[in-house]
Amino acid sequence: MTDPLVKGSIRRRLLLSLLAGAAILAIVVYFVVQSVARQVAQESQDNILTASAQSILESARSFGGQINVDLPYSALSMLDSVSDERAFYSIHLEDEFLSGYPDLPAAPGALAGSPAFRSTEFLGEDVRIASVRRSVSTDMGRRFLQVSVAQTLSGQKLTLARFSRTAMGIGAGFFLLSMLLAAIVARSTIRPLHRLTASVSRRGPNDLRPVAAPVPSEMVPLVSSLNTFMNRLQKSLTRSEDFIAEAAHRVRTPLAIVRTKAEIIQRQADDPEIKVALGEMIHAVDDSSRTAGQLLDHAMVTFRLDNLSSEDINLAQLTHDVVERARPMSELKEIDLDTTILDDTTLHGDPILMQNALHNLLDNALKYAPPGASVDVAVTRTPDGARICIRDTGPGFPTGELPSLPDRFIRGDNAKGIVGSGLGLTIVKEVVEAHGGRMETGNNPGGGACVTLHFPSA
Amino acid sequence: MRFLLIEDNAQLADVVVDRLSLDGHVVDHAADLQTAWDFTATSDYDLILLDIMLPDGDGRTFLANHRAKRGRTPVIVLTARSEVSDRVGILDLGADDYMVKPIDFSELEARCRAVLRRRGGEARNILTLGDLGFDSQSGTLNVAGRNVQLRTRELRLFEVLANAPGQVFSKSALVDRLFSFDEDVSENAIEVYVGRLRRHLRDTTVKITTVRGLGYKLETE
Amino acid sequence: MRNLALSLSLICLAELVLAFETEDRARFGPDNAEQALKVISTADIGFFEPMITSFLASHPDIAIDYIVASSAELMRAIRDEGHSFDVAISSAMDLQTKLANDGKAQRHSSAVSRSLPGWAVWNDMLFAFTQEPAAIVVSKDAFGDMAIPESRHELISLLRQEPERFRGRVGTYDVRTSGLGYLFATQDTRASETYWRLTEVFGGLETRLYCCSSDMIEAVKSGELLIAYNVLGSYVANRSDRSEFEIVLPSDFTTVMLRTAMIPHNAPSPELSGVFVDHLLDRSHGPDAQPLTHPVIDLNDIEPSVNRIRIGPGLLVFLDQLKKRAFLSEWESAILQK
Repeated sequence: MTDPLVKGSIRRRLLLSLLAGAAILAIVVYFVVQSVARQVAQESQDNILTASAQSILESARSFGGQINVDLPYSALSMLDSVSDERAFYSIHLEDEFLSGYPDLPAAPGALAGSPAFRSTEFLGEDVRIASVRRSVSTDMGRRFLQVSVAQTLSGQKLTLARFSRTAMGIGAGFFLLSMLLAAIVARSTIRPLHRLTASVSRRGPNDLRPVAAPVPSEMVPLVSSLNTFMNRLQKSLTRSEDFIAEAAHRVRTPLAIVRTKAEIIQRQADDPEIKVALGEMIHAVDDSSRTAGQLLDHAMVTFRLDNLSSEDINLAQLTHDVVERARPMSELKEIDLDTTILDDTTLHGDPILMQNALHNLLDNALKYAPPGASVDVAVTRTPDGARICIRDTGPGFPTGELPSLPDRFIRGDNAKGIVGSGLGLTIVKEVVEAHGGRMETGNNPGGGACVTLHFPSA
Repeated sequence: MRFLLIEDNAQLADVVVDRLSLDGHVVDHAADLQTAWDFTATSDYDLILLDIMLPDGDGRTFLANHRAKRGRTPVIVLTARSEVSDRVGILDLGADDYMVKPIDFSELEARCRAVLRRRGGEARNILTLGDLGFDSQSGTLNVAGRNVQLRTRELRLFEVLANAPGQVFSKSALVDRLFSFDEDVSENAIEVYVGRLRRHLRDTTVKITTVRGLGYKLETE
Repeated sequence: MRNLALSLSLICLAELVLAFETEDRARFGPDNAEQALKVISTADIGFFEPMITSFLASHPDIAIDYIVASSAELMRAIRDEGHSFDVAISSAMDLQTKLANDGKAQRHSSAVSRSLPGWAVWNDMLFAFTQEPAAIVVSKDAFGDMAIPESRHELISLLRQEPERFRGRVGTYDVRTSGLGYLFATQDTRASETYWRLTEVFGGLETRLYCCSSDMIEAVKSGELLIAYNVLGSYVANRSDRSEFEIVLPSDFTTVMLRTAMIPHNAPSPELSGVFVDHLLDRSHGPDAQPLTHPVIDLNDIEPSVNRIRIGPGLLVFLDQLKKRAFLSEWESAILQK
């Protein structure tokens, strides 16, 4: 049986799609968390800067037309309260510089009551600037006082780095969780398919009933096709079995007529030449009928091997039956057929195939051994399984040909004149190997052939 | 022996009937199941030879019904179908044995005897020769109350000779009767079996006599 | 040629005109040293010498050029004149903070700096290596068996009880001329309103004003003053005649000044500067610390009342022109009682 050509996997594809989605979401989550964090950090910094600037602005007093700013200590110290920050400020009355850092740029767009912000670089470092203004009355009339406060970003950067790590953790955690969920989802999605597979593969080789278990709607077409296919297969199998039987019938019946007729004529004829000729004819008929039989046997064996059934086989009983059936033949040939050991052993497999294999072996032994020889069958339990040993006191296998014997259609050199197709050992070997065993062919030290079948324990 | 042959192929049936008659058996032929039932209802048979593929049904149906009716006659199935698929079913249904066509008649005879022997114990036609009892169906000699089981060819030889006591059989005629066409045996082989039979008959009144230059005959004292 | 000579002399002249004022200068280490560290400091050579000696002991191939200047001159030299130094050390925390805040310091981070307590380091730019409390210094002889005030309240009561005895014999910083005095004064006002009452009491007693701690200590020793307020306790403690003085660390709160070091932004060899700063910090804070200040003053004894001046932008507040003007005018009106 050839393995199916595999291209892709639904589970893997499903998993990959889910994971790709999860990865994209995780990245989005990472960036969203980071951007929210950046915004929050920015806002909280802006709030502090606004508070600082506002407190400076509120400390301004108009004193006899002069503006006096009593810088509150907390205005600048609050900027440094969480992390060490450089802080800058400037106080302007319209364009007139009053105090602080004259070069500090103001954030444009500040109105009374609404601060403006700006990010820029000042004195070699990135800073955030907040500007606030309000109007004050001076001896020049009402003018606006503007305070700008700036702060470096090292604390904000630290916060952001921390948030970034957290965001990374959240993203990674999200992804891991998604991975787990994806695995579960993929598994549960595939499960009906597995169930179907299991229910189909659990069946015996001859169970071709339609699948009746409930399946998800997506799988209905598949299961319907499967059922249709099994139905067709069932029909086709029945047809081919019938065909093999029919073929055998068609071939054998005429052969049987010819053979019987020839035998009658031979018995009635007086001319020795005619007797010899008829003998040869009968021989040829037997040869071809045996060949046809074994070919059909082999076809049937091959068919059964593809769908090997698994039953408990009592090897001793089976061997006994096969031996008993061969006994009339052995008597006819004056061959002593004995079973010396029949250990009680069990094997899993196809009993019909096993019978056929043993029958073939016995048939061979009875065929090749001369009258007066003996054939001995033994079933032995071994530490790692069972062994069936068939030995005879016949001519044995020709030594040079031992390894090639079980190959199809090869017959031993010494088989000339004996009817047989050479398929016997091939069938035996295939059956034994299909049951996980192996066949050994050899010759006994004292002469005669010896075939041993080894089977692993059930 | 009396056989019932159930076989739909007329040609094959004819030759099988002829062939069995050569060995002195009586054979009835039924071409379909219905005829077969008619025959079994009216006659007793020693053995039924049954084909599987029949025009009005499956041979296995006959087998099953035959067993259901407690028919005692042993059945040997003659099948042209593959052994592998049918064998188990046939034996399970109660066939005593089966053979694959074309039939090797030596094998058929051996199997018949084995089947009858297995059945054993039933009333038989016992041939009495002098102080010797002979059950031809099971191939058993009764020598002074002691059963002696003859081997196939010894049995065949004894049968041929005992069926016509006093008649002289040539060695070549005996070879024809004892061995199948394809066995390459010399006439000397007959001497071996004659020797064996003589050993079995040593203490009886039955003797196998050599007629020099002609062959052998069986005599009672 | 003449033009060249003229421009050269002009450059020299410019150097002279812009040159900051130095008070003292000394060179330590081998003359032929390949590397020389240029340290500008407000601390006297005598005060700082142990630190230099111990540094040279472990780095014998380095020479140190130690320049003493006032804190204002130090600020001018670095900020306005752009002179380059390897390390700048000052007791003027506010000015140091201003320099750092204005980007005149570079960051330095090392195992030693990272192990410092939070108050001792700011923004990896300023590193504190001493803790020097502002103390009330009293002459033991002159006080006799009079009770020595332990807090500002007791001092106020004492001065009010016997104004005639203390008239003209109390001294403190002139915050208009002394940067450290201004720092102490502004920190005092942050901590408590008591300062203004005390200053008013001082004003009523014709308090004498000084530029520096050492002058006040000398005045106390000579009997000219009975009490000096906000004197650097470490200066008294480091004197050999320290037993003649009673160093009072006020129990209500003791303002503690931190002497800080920084590596200027234009330091020629910042790695070497880092090594020196680390030595400084390790010797001041490390497990085997040998502080520059005499151990007779132990801040651990008065930890709850210790008020370390916090390095940070808060210090810039009092440097604000408007703020300073306002503070000084208030101080003048209190102490001069005009």
